[in-house]
Amino acid sequence: MIPGAFEYHRPKLLGDALQLLADHGDEARVIAGGHSLIPMMKLRMTQISHLVDLQDLADLKGITIGPRIRIGALTTQAELINHAGLKQAAPILTEAALQIADPQVRNCGTLGGNVANGDPGNDMPGLMQCLNATYTVTGPDGSRDIPARDFYDSAYFTARGDDEILVSISFDAPSGGYAYEKQKRKIGDYATAAAAVLITKVGGKVAAASIAMTNLADTPIWSAGAGAALLGTDCGPDAVAASVIAMKGDIHPGADNRGPVAFKMHVAGIVLGRAIARAWSRA
Amino acid sequence: MKKMHLTLRVNGKEMETLAEPRELLVHVLRERLGLTGPHIGCETSHCGACTIDMNGKSVKSCTVLAAQAQGAEITTIEGIAGPDGMHVLQSSFREHHGLQCGFCTPGMITRAWRLLQENPAPTEEEVRFGMAGNLCRCTGYQNIVKAILHAATEINTAKEAAQ
Amino acid sequence: MNDLTPDQIARATNLKGMGSSRKRVEDARFTQGKGNYVDDIKMTGMVYGDFVRSQYAHARIKSVDTAAALAVPGVIAVLQAADLAPLGLHWMPTLAGDKQMVLADGKVLFQGQEIAFVVAEDRYALADAIELVVVDYEELPVVTDPFKAMAADAPVLREDLAGQTRGAHGDRIHHNHIFRWEVGDKDATESVVSGADVVAEEMVYYHRTHPCPLETCGCVASMDKINGKLTLWGTFQAPHVVRTVASLLSGIPESSIRVVSPDIGGGFGNKVGVYPGYVCAIVASIVTGRPVKWIEDRMDNLMATAFARDYWMQGKIAATKEGKITGLWCHVTADHGAFDACADPTKFPAGFFSICTGSYDIPVAYVGVDGVYTNKAPGGVAYRCSFRVTEAAYFIERMIEVLAIKLNMDAAELRRINFIRRDQFPYQSALGWEYDSGDYHTAWDKALKAVDYDGLRAEQAQRLADFKAGKTRRLMGVGLSFFTEIVGAGPVKNCDILGMGMFDSCEIRIHPTGSALARLGTISQGQGHATTFAQILATETGIPADQITIEEGDTDTAPYGLGTYGSRSTPVAGAATALAGRKIRAKAQMIAAYLLEVHDNDLEWDVDRFVVKGVPERFKTMKEIAYAAYNQAIPGLEPGLEAVSYYDPPNMTYPFGAYICVMDIDVDTGVADIRSFYALDDCGTRINPMIIEGQVHGGATEAFAIAMGQEIAYDEMGNCKTGTLMDFFLPTAWETPHYTTDHTETPSPHHPIGAKGVGESPNVGGVPAFSNAVHDAFRAFGLTQSHMPHDHWRIWTIANQLGLHG
Repeated sequence: MIPGAFEYHRPKLLGDALQLLADHGDEARVIAGGHSLIPMMKLRMTQISHLVDLQDLADLKGITIGPRIRIGALTTQAELINHAGLKQAAPILTEAALQIADPQVRNCGTLGGNVANGDPGNDMPGLMQCLNATYTVTGPDGSRDIPARDFYDSAYFTARGDDEILVSISFDAPSGGYAYEKQKRKIGDYATAAAAVLITKVGGKVAAASIAMTNLADTPIWSAGAGAALLGTDCGPDAVAASVIAMKGDIHPGADNRGPVAFKMHVAGIVLGRAIARAWSRA
Repeated sequence: MKKMHLTLRVNGKEMETLAEPRELLVHVLRERLGLTGPHIGCETSHCGACTIDMNGKSVKSCTVLAAQAQGAEITTIEGIAGPDGMHVLQSSFREHHGLQCGFCTPGMITRAWRLLQENPAPTEEEVRFGMAGNLCRCTGYQNIVKAILHAATEINTAKEAAQ
Repeated sequence: MNDLTPDQIARATNLKGMGSSRKRVEDARFTQGKGNYVDDIKMTGMVYGDFVRSQYAHARIKSVDTAAALAVPGVIAVLQAADLAPLGLHWMPTLAGDKQMVLADGKVLFQGQEIAFVVAEDRYALADAIELVVVDYEELPVVTDPFKAMAADAPVLREDLAGQTRGAHGDRIHHNHIFRWEVGDKDATESVVSGADVVAEEMVYYHRTHPCPLETCGCVASMDKINGKLTLWGTFQAPHVVRTVASLLSGIPESSIRVVSPDIGGGFGNKVGVYPGYVCAIVASIVTGRPVKWIEDRMDNLMATAFARDYWMQGKIAATKEGKITGLWCHVTADHGAFDACADPTKFPAGFFSICTGSYDIPVAYVGVDGVYTNKAPGGVAYRCSFRVTEAAYFIERMIEVLAIKLNMDAAELRRINFIRRDQFPYQSALGWEYDSGDYHTAWDKALKAVDYDGLRAEQAQRLADFKAGKTRRLMGVGLSFFTEIVGAGPVKNCDILGMGMFDSCEIRIHPTGSALARLGTISQGQGHATTFAQILATETGIPADQITIEEGDTDTAPYGLGTYGSRSTPVAGAATALAGRKIRAKAQMIAAYLLEVHDNDLEWDVDRFVVKGVPERFKTMKEIAYAAYNQAIPGLEPGLEAVSYYDPPNMTYPFGAYICVMDIDVDTGVADIRSFYALDDCGTRINPMIIEGQVHGGATEAFAIAMGQEIAYDEMGNCKTGTLMDFFLPTAWETPHYTTDHTETPSPHHPIGAKGVGESPNVGGVPAFSNAVHDAFRAFGLTQSHMPHDHWRIWTIANQLGLHG
C-alpha cells in the first residue's frame, strides 16, 4: 500500500496555504494529521497532485478557554485529552476523544481533520453538533462561520469550499451533565452507534438538552426532537423512551460489517438511553 | 519522481537522505537509514508494529509521510537502549516472556517506553489502554502487560534509590 | 529431582534442561530491533515484484494491457501466464493434489487472484505501475455458497477440470466437487442413530477465518547465473518442502537450491503453503538476473493467501436416556475456495477431522466430507491447529452441549460419564485413531474445582432469576470445553506431504571444548525452538543449554525435515533431538570407559557425567569426554562426537485439556465481557513451563478472536468484506481477557521424552469454550445453536430472535 506521487507544500502562513489552494484548484488537498487521508492515499482511493501540509500554520493552533471555547483546527486528540483547562470546561470533549482510535493515532489525528473530512464514522462531528459549535473557515474572500449543524451535506461532502481551510472550532462552554457513549467492536474502531448528550437541570427538571448521534446516517445527526422530548421532564423512563423514539426517526443507519439495520436502530436507542442516564446523573 | 532533501535527528544523530515526499516514514527509516527495527504489519495504522517516537510522541510511521517528518526528532527501538546495555523494558520483556515471534516487539517496546514517561506508575488497566494501539498475535498480551508493569516498578525503584 | 543429592541438583539446575523456565535466547535481538525478517533483507541490485490482482471473483480475462505500466520509469518487466507457460509454470501443483494458477490463465476464480507480476526497481514505481495495468474482464456468475455450488445448474468454476470425474482423492460427483472422504462404519452408525433413545441433530458451522500473522508472507529470490545456484529466503514454515517443490517445478537440482527461513513474524499455518508470489519471484530473478523481493501487503494477505476453516458440519449424536453416547454421525460440506490448496498430509484430504469423536468413548461413528469449489480464495490451512482438528473439536464440543440440552443434563456431567477412562488407553477410536494416553477425569475434576463450577452454576441461576424479574439485562454463560488433539504428524506409513514422509530430524556436533551445535528440520516462528531444543539436549547430554546453539531453517545446513506446523516440532523433531542426544551419550560412554579404564557397563550416567558405579569420585564429565573425542586415539572408535537422528514417530501424540470461560452478556447491545478464562493443559512432559504458559495465552487469544468476531466474509458478488485490520478482528490488550493457566502431566508413552506438543491446544480448545459460553448464556431460553463469530450483532440477533427485547 503506497500512495501516489504528489507535489508537497508546507506553507508557513495561512495566506500562502490559501494561495496554493487557489492556484491548484481541486488538484490540491490539505493535510493535517493525515490519519484519514494517508490511508485513503495508500489504498489509492484518493489521488492528489498537490498536498498542502498545514502543520506550520500557527493560526490553526491553540486552545482558548473562556465562556466561548476556541480550539485551533490542528489540535490533536491527544492535546484535547491532556488539556487540563479543557477537561474542566468541556469534559465531554475529553470523554469523547478518549474513545477515538488509539494512543498513537490520537497523537496525530486532529480535531479539525476529524470534523472537516466528513467521514460519518468520525466522532467529533456529532459531538460538535451537540455542542452547537461553529466552524470558522477561511477562504480567498476572508473568513466565515458555519454552524456544525449546517456543515454536513452527505458522506465526505460538507459546506466547506475546496478553496477554504478550517481554522478553528468554537462553542459556548457547556454546563450541566454530559455523556459521550459509544459502542464499538474494539479499540480503534468507528462507532457501531454513539450518542453525545448534554443536559442542563434546573429545579430537578431538564431545562435544556442537546442530543447528537454518530455513524447512524451518512452525516452526524443532531436530533432536535430527541432533545425536546426531555425538556421539562426528570429524565424518567417515559421521557427517555420518547427521546429515543424521536432520535430513531432522525437516523438512517446502513448495514455493514458492524451489523444489520435493525440491530443498529436498536443499539442506537440503548446507547442513547445510557448516555441520557449518565448525563442526567452528572447534571 | 522528484526527491526532497530530508533531514532528521534519529536516535540522537543527525541523518540526511533524499526521499520522495510521498515515501512513508517507515520506508525511509528501514530502507534509506537502515533502521529495520520498526516493522510493517497492517499498513492502515491499526497494528502499531511500525511505532516510533517522533517529537516526543508515539506515532505509527506507516502513516506518516517523509515530507511531514522533515526536521523531526525521532527515536526508534534501536535508540532505546542506553550506553550500558539493554533498557529496563527490553530486559523486562525478556524476563517476563513478553514476546514470541518478535515482530511486534520493537513497536511494542517503543510505545511502552513513551507510555512510562507519560505515566510512570500505571495500573494494569492503564497499561492495557495505553498499549491498545499495538497488536500482538502471539502472546495474548498478558506477559507484555506484566513486563511493562515490572519495568515501571524497576525504573521507579531505581529513581527513588538515586534520590 | 526428588532422589538427587544437593550436588546433583546444583549441577542439573546449571544445565537449564527440561522443566526449567529458561529465559529465551532469541529475545536479546528481538527486543533491540535486531531480528532479521525477510523484508529486512537487502541485496545489491535487488528489485521488487508484486501482483496485479483481480477485482472480480469470477471473470474471463479478455485482455491485459501493460503498455502504460511498462512506460513507468523503473519498471523492468510484467509477467503474465503466457510468459510462464513455456516453462510450465503458469500453473503449479498444490499440497492437496490439485493445481492452482500462478497467474490467471484465461479466467479468474476469486477476488484478489494473481493476474500479472510486475517487476520494478523500487516499491514506489512498482505500485504506480500496477495501478496502470488495464485488465479487461468479462464478468461471470459468482458462487460463494458451497451448497449452491453443488446445484445441478451451478456455474462451472474449474473449466480446466472439465470431464475429469476423478480427482486426487477419488470420484468427483459434480463439476464443482473436489472429493468425498469417508471414515467409519456408515451403516452401523445410521442404524444406531435411528434406533437410539435420544438423538441430537444440528448443523454446526465453523466460519471462514485467517491466520493473519503480524508479518505477511514474502520472499527474496536470487538466481546466481554464474554458479547456477538459486537462493530463496522467505517466510516458510517448511523450508525443505519448498526446496523440493521448487526443484520439481523448475528442474533445478535440489543441490543447487538453497532455501532459507530467516526470523519469521508468526505463521499460524499461513506460511506452510506455496504461493504464486514465490514462483513469480523465482522466475523474475531468472529472467532479470537480479534478486527479486516479493512482500504481500495486508490486504493481499487477507484476500489471497491461506484462509482457514469454512466447514459446514451436519451432526447427529445418539445416546441412551441416561446420557451414554452410542453413536456419532457427521457430514461436512467443506468450502475449499477456487483451488484445493489445503495443507494436509496427502492421504487426509480433510486432515485429521476424524478425531471428531473427541475425548469420548463412542462405540460407533461415521464421517463423510465433501470438498467443494467456490469463488473464494484457496487455502484451508491449519490455523494454529493440527489439520482440521479445531473444526473437529468445535463440532464435538458443540454436539455435546446440544445433547446435554436434549437430555436436560448438566453438560459437565454429560462429559464426565462419556470420557474415555484412564484404563482404556491406549484407546482405539471408532474412527481409527489410537489415542496414546490420557487421564481425562482427573483433569476435568481439577478444572471444575478450580473454577468452583457448582458456585458458578448457582450464581448463574440467580442471575437468570434476576433477569426474568427485570433486575438485570445481563446474562451469564459458563463455557465448557474438553478437547483432545491429535498432533505430531506423523508416522511415515500414513503421513506424507507431496510424497515426503513426515519424519523430522536433528544433527548434533559436540565441539572439542564441550559446547555444541544442533540443527533441526523444523523452523521457529515464535515458539522459541532455540531455547527449548537446547533444553532437551542439555538434559540428554549434560551440556549446559547456554552452550548449545540451535540452528534451523537453512536447507544448506539443516537436515531434511518437514517443518513446523500442526504442533509437530516437539513431538517429532523434539524426539529426534532427544534420540540424537542419546547417540552422543552412547559414544561418550565408550570414551569415558576408555579414559577411566573400566568396562562400559561399569559406568552410570549422572546428570552431566559418567561415573564408575560405586566409586563416585571416579568420573568423566561430558566436557572432558568431548575433549577426549578429538584428542585421543581410542581403539575401535572414530574421532569426533557427532550424531544425527531421523525420527519417524510410531504414532501421533494426543494432548488434551479442560477450558472454562465465564462470560457476561448484555442482551441489549450484544456486548460480551469475558469475566474469566481457565485453561488446564496436559501436554505430557513439560520442557519449559514459561514458554508453555505463553503459548496458552497466545493460542487462547486467537481463539477469543475467532469465536468473538474474526472472519473472512464475502458479499454475494464474491467481494471480500474484511480486507484490512479495521474489519478483520484482532483484539488489542484492552479487549483480551486475562488467563489462568493450569496443568496435569500425562507423558506420552511412545515419545522418547514423553512430550506431546502444546502450541495449538489453546486455539483448538479455546474456540468451543468461548462459543459454548455464549450458547450457555441463552440455554434457558431455548437456544441450541448459533453460528460464530459471536460479534455484537450476532449475539444481539440471538437475543432478539428469542424474544428478549420485549
